[in-house]
Amino acid sequence: MVRVALALVAGGAGLVVLLGYFLPELRAAQALLLRWGMILASAAVLVGILNLASVHLGKLRHREKNAPYSAVLIASLAATFVLGLLLKPGHPVLAAIINAIVVPAEGTFMALLSISLLSAGVRLLQRRLDLMSILFVASAIAVLLSSARVPSIETPIVDSAAVSWLTDVFSLSGARGILLGVSLGAIATGLRVLLGADRPYGDG
Amino acid sequence: MQILAALIAGAALLVGLAVWHRKRPAGLRRLRAWTSLNRAVDDAAGSGERLHLALGAGNLLHPEGAAGLTGLAVLRRLAARTARSRNATVATSGDAALHLLAVDSLRAGYGDAGVQEVFQPGTGRLAGIGAFPYAAGALPMLMDENVSIAVLAGRFGPEAALLSEAAERSDALVVGATDDLTGQAVTFASASESAIGEELFAAGAYLGQGPWHTASLTLQDTLRWLVVLFLLAGAAARLLGWAWLG
Repeated sequence: MVRVALALVAGGAGLVVLLGYFLPELRAAQALLLRWGMILASAAVLVGILNLASVHLGKLRHREKNAPYSAVLIASLAATFVLGLLLKPGHPVLAAIINAIVVPAEGTFMALLSISLLSAGVRLLQRRLDLMSILFVASAIAVLLSSARVPSIETPIVDSAAVSWLTDVFSLSGARGILLGVSLGAIATGLRVLLGADRPYGDG
Repeated sequence: MQILAALIAGAALLVGLAVWHRKRPAGLRRLRAWTSLNRAVDDAAGSGERLHLALGAGNLLHPEGAAGLTGLAVLRRLAARTARSRNATVATSGDAALHLLAVDSLRAGYGDAGVQEVFQPGTGRLAGIGAFPYAAGALPMLMDENVSIAVLAGRFGPEAALLSEAAERSDALVVGATDDLTGQAVTFASASESAIGEELFAAGAYLGQGPWHTASLTLQDTLRWLVVLFLLAGAAARLLGWAWLG
């Protein structure tokens, strides 16, 4: 009974939101459901943070490997949470925390990422030496060469129309083809969820 | 209104195909990523190794929600297949709503296997909110928890490279499947196996989720051929100067 009710609520809400894009009479109901969705998603953040805290408190309790990092996470979480409650989100102290800690940390990750990608590119041909991998590496080199030219030096092959054709026509049309396939997959998944055939909740 | 009519036709076709596949199970062409994963999961379930399913940081209220929903279907199936394993399957997500559904999908997977009583809610974890915080939170889990299979199924951008590298350092099989173009390029280069294009959405059919997933895959393929024919007809008409079609 609960399973059927859950499927009806999910399918019904999804259908109203979808039809709201086509039928003006349903726009108000669509906006209301989307607002409810956003409120529920915000409440889910609190539940998620409690989960995050409980996982790291568990690591501390059991003195697992890297437990000191968990202690730093819990302390930072508590400090930011209390400051967020006491001050308003736009307060200069909170802005400073974001600008001085979170943004540089994400920058560090981007830097690490460039090294990771370089190492992945080098290891790709060691791991999987096939036509697709060779084409992938060749395309990546062509795109890199055509986008990072040496100033005041003429590079005959890189400046040729063939390289720009490869990047502008070949890569772009391939990307569009992949995106079309992804869109069709997303539509089929959406239809499955709307019809209640795929239920990522409950015991269905 | 034409779009609505097309969606209704698509839904009718999906129902028809599901009924058809229930009677006559379809044969599927070989997709390396899912075939390797199937084989590795069977081995892992037998030897008690741990599987980590990373769902990414896709927001369910945004267009990338479909990738998250597919990741959840994969999670449920893999949780069911590894439920009796010595080491529980772990699922991490970078979005709070996705996290709640992941815990529910894990529980449902254990229910499907008939061992709901051994389910541990702590195996569904929110690693961080947003792409990079998520990657930062999931990295130690991939490196420290004896993971032998890491599946990246959902919305991933370039941060997938960090996750793949961390898992490969632990000698884990890494299967990457995302709907994001950058993420696909990154997983192609960094993961042991990667699903390209719409192959992410074929996961359910390949992992044995039943006739609805097979029907959905057939619908996807049918629509793709229609789009291909339409594009070719349009290009031919443009070449021939038939402006009303091209």
